[in-house]
Amino acid sequence: MSTTYTKKQVAELIDGVLDWETVRRMLFMPKDPLRFSMYIEVLQERAKWEDKIVLPLAPHLYIVEDKNGDIVNKCDCGYVFGPYQENWKLNALIYVRDSVEKFNQVYPKLMSPDAEWQVYREYYCPECACQHDVEAPVPWYPVIHDFEPNIAEFYKWVGLEVPKGIAA
Amino acid sequence: MNKPESISGGSTTRKSILYNGKTLAQNRADMYNTSKETGHYDGLTELKLKKSDPITFEKIFSKLRAGVVNARETAKKIAASPIVEQEGELCFTLYNTAGDCVCTSTGIIIHVGTMGMCIKYMIENNWEEDPTVNPGDMFTNNDCQIGNVHPCDIATIVPIFHEGKLVAWVGGVTHVIDTGAAGPGSMSNGQVQRFGDGVQITCRKTGINDKPMRDWQHEVQRNVRTPKYWILDERTRIAGDHMIRDIVEEVIADVGVETFLTFTSEIIEDGRRGLVKRINDILIPGKYNTVAFVDVPYMHEDVHVPSPFAKVDTIMHAPCTITVKPEATWRLDFEGCSRWGWHTYNANPTAFTSGIWVMMTQTVVPTERINDGSLFASEFRLPKGTWTNPNDRRTAHADAWHFLVSSWSSLWRAVSRGYFSRGYLEEVNAGNSNPCNWMQGGGFNQEEEIHAVNSFETAACGTGACAMKDGLNHAAAIWNPEGDMGDCEIWELAEPLLYMGRAIKSNTGGYGKYRGGMGFETLRMVHNSADWCMFFMGNGYMNSDWGLHGGYPSATGYRFEAHNTGLHKRIAEGKSLPMGHDWNPDEPDYENHLEPGAIVKRDSQCITTEEIFENGDLYLNYLRGGPGFGDPLDRTIENIEKDLNDVVLLEEYAIKIYGAVFTKDAEGYYTVDADATRARQAEMRKERLSRGTPVKEWMKGERQNILDKKASKQVQQMFASSFELSQPFLDKFRAFWSLPNDWLVTEKELGVPAFGAKHHMDLSQMPDVKTVVLVEE
Repeated sequence: MSTTYTKKQVAELIDGVLDWETVRRMLFMPKDPLRFSMYIEVLQERAKWEDKIVLPLAPHLYIVEDKNGDIVNKCDCGYVFGPYQENWKLNALIYVRDSVEKFNQVYPKLMSPDAEWQVYREYYCPECACQHDVEAPVPWYPVIHDFEPNIAEFYKWVGLEVPKGIAA
Repeated sequence: MNKPESISGGSTTRKSILYNGKTLAQNRADMYNTSKETGHYDGLTELKLKKSDPITFEKIFSKLRAGVVNARETAKKIAASPIVEQEGELCFTLYNTAGDCVCTSTGIIIHVGTMGMCIKYMIENNWEEDPTVNPGDMFTNNDCQIGNVHPCDIATIVPIFHEGKLVAWVGGVTHVIDTGAAGPGSMSNGQVQRFGDGVQITCRKTGINDKPMRDWQHEVQRNVRTPKYWILDERTRIAGDHMIRDIVEEVIADVGVETFLTFTSEIIEDGRRGLVKRINDILIPGKYNTVAFVDVPYMHEDVHVPSPFAKVDTIMHAPCTITVKPEATWRLDFEGCSRWGWHTYNANPTAFTSGIWVMMTQTVVPTERINDGSLFASEFRLPKGTWTNPNDRRTAHADAWHFLVSSWSSLWRAVSRGYFSRGYLEEVNAGNSNPCNWMQGGGFNQEEEIHAVNSFETAACGTGACAMKDGLNHAAAIWNPEGDMGDCEIWELAEPLLYMGRAIKSNTGGYGKYRGGMGFETLRMVHNSADWCMFFMGNGYMNSDWGLHGGYPSATGYRFEAHNTGLHKRIAEGKSLPMGHDWNPDEPDYENHLEPGAIVKRDSQCITTEEIFENGDLYLNYLRGGPGFGDPLDRTIENIEKDLNDVVLLEEYAIKIYGAVFTKDAEGYYTVDADATRARQAEMRKERLSRGTPVKEWMKGERQNILDKKASKQVQQMFASSFELSQPFLDKFRAFWSLPNDWLVTEKELGVPAFGAKHHMDLSQMPDVKTVVLVEE
């Protein structure tokens, strides 16, 4: 048996202002199957563009279906990072912290990594400068494609119609 | 004649100890094979007992589960070790006749699998015939080659019989304070092979007729530094095991042995189905690619190892692809991991697969129904020869957690991507801190006894940020969900180390829209000890906790120790003392309260081996924070202000990270100017655009670095080690960077010793040993 929540509560969860009692219930009780639909609905209402949200990837990053039916990675600001199957990071801006001075902008020197061992790679939206991700690998490490969702299967799991542009 | 008369060449045939008349090995093989063939545990496509009599089914579960939890809570009071008594580092688990977990208590539930593996090892190696398995027996194991995490986790296994037939096994495990390794403390790191890793007990029969054997007790007590704790820990385990055995007898008396045996299979299939349902409910099918690293800085002068081939800087590499399948099972593939090494951070497949559940029960399957069913819904691939699955029987494991927790933090981050995309923001965790430092040492304590210490304050590090709130400060550890830093007063009883301060550690949680939880720090002064040594164990040059969706990794560790401090003189003279916070290590203050001539070590070398500490010397135990979530520029003004007023954020970094513009009144209260801060943040966004480079442009430069082999030796060694073990990883690397097909970096060209790379000998090559393998290798 699962508990159900209102769209308002889901919106408050997104905004980080949902009361703790409800959050606790969300944690303790079986998951509410309608969450995804409500979540998408709230985010869609807030979007500055008309494209249909298929899957949120990060607080300001989505997989969307555009007006041509193409499925792309898109920023809140409207910047498109390319087809959804591709790693959006390859179309972002990158800033690599690889020296004592650069790390010291983030942490005290003794509380940050040694650039001989590790670097921070910050990925920004080229248009709005949102920091969508920070990697902390060793130098040389390939850019990580964090998540390759099987959207077709997922939409079946949640009982939604699979967007046409999604490969089966 | 001294020859026993009853044995006449070869083994004697004993009557089966199982109701079904099979040998233990045949019984297990049948269960395992049927499970693999049908995809259902023990071939149970239908849960007949649960379906026909759900009340009885739940009643049995409740009684057994309550029994194991109660046994843990009661038995731990027998222990004197604060690790067990304060931190709850113990666990009791009930197994069916095949050694598969039926139910487990709370606590360090990594041992669901490790003790199960011990039972399976006894089954597969015919312990039934020799040394025999009888009512009242006890078996002890801490052998990491079989499946234990590290030697300090000692398991006592008791077979449970009914009417002379085996119906179950029960195991109890405690984390002891010392195992008699080369260095004191339960997770020491000076040794580089099994042969210095502490006492090793391989499923040994250590008790008959419910009593530990005298020869065992005499032998083992003198092999450890802390016999008092050892004895009471063993009594804890035995008491818990016997309490659970009593419960099983009660259940059988209540429902009958046939129903009980049916239950012990059905509950595991129920557990398998539970994981499948939960994956379906909470995750998104697809591939989650993640990776983790952690440093092994052994070239430093404060790391003393017995073997020259161990004196190398290396990096642990743990890439993982989690594939959530359409049928809601999953596969975790660790292709590309680096090789095992000459240090104590190696793991083995069971530590890995079983250990993952200690983390997953805090997120994917937060249920009391955790049992081996979860394993049957999961596929693990741990390539042989990597640090997750060593192919050499010499490996040391005392601090396997250094690598395990580092690699698991990335798994939590990975599944959190699924939670976020699905809208279950309350479940998101940006990762977890690398729970360290491990403060350890030994010598003569305040009671003038040979002693060892291992502080478990690490059980309360900062947690990762959530997608709708900050992480918890000094709250938990990935390996023990019941996080507790313990009471200062109790630690001072157990350790000759006075508290000079215990405080939240500012700036340790990763920044973000929601920040990671803060760690804490305790400053300890050595007091009333003799011939005393201490050492550090944690991450310093690297960080394994990355942050999620734009949040920053948490702070790395550093070391502070001071010798020849003159503190006794200063105390006598009433002078100022170093106490409480080490606010900003770049602007040190402790040093202002030491006598001239004090020797201070303040650096990133967070792994050291035994160093002499005199009374009055100082040791900073800094427990790490958790990583952050989301772009820091999305953090609310109120939260930035709160961080400043809670003194968890240094002014300098409120400005640098959040663009905060603030005032501080005479009483030290901060007020953040919202408009001015937002204006500054707009400038910071422009600065990002101006300093950022298109990724594809940057890749050209990084590719050239690779072609020129421009990277530190330890980074190149890590890649060389992974390339040698994994052609797929090498192929992917070459493809990503468009490298020539013959491009390669090898350990040979780096000039670093690579003992074990070419020549190794696996446990399976030992005579009369049958290893148990439950993962793809």
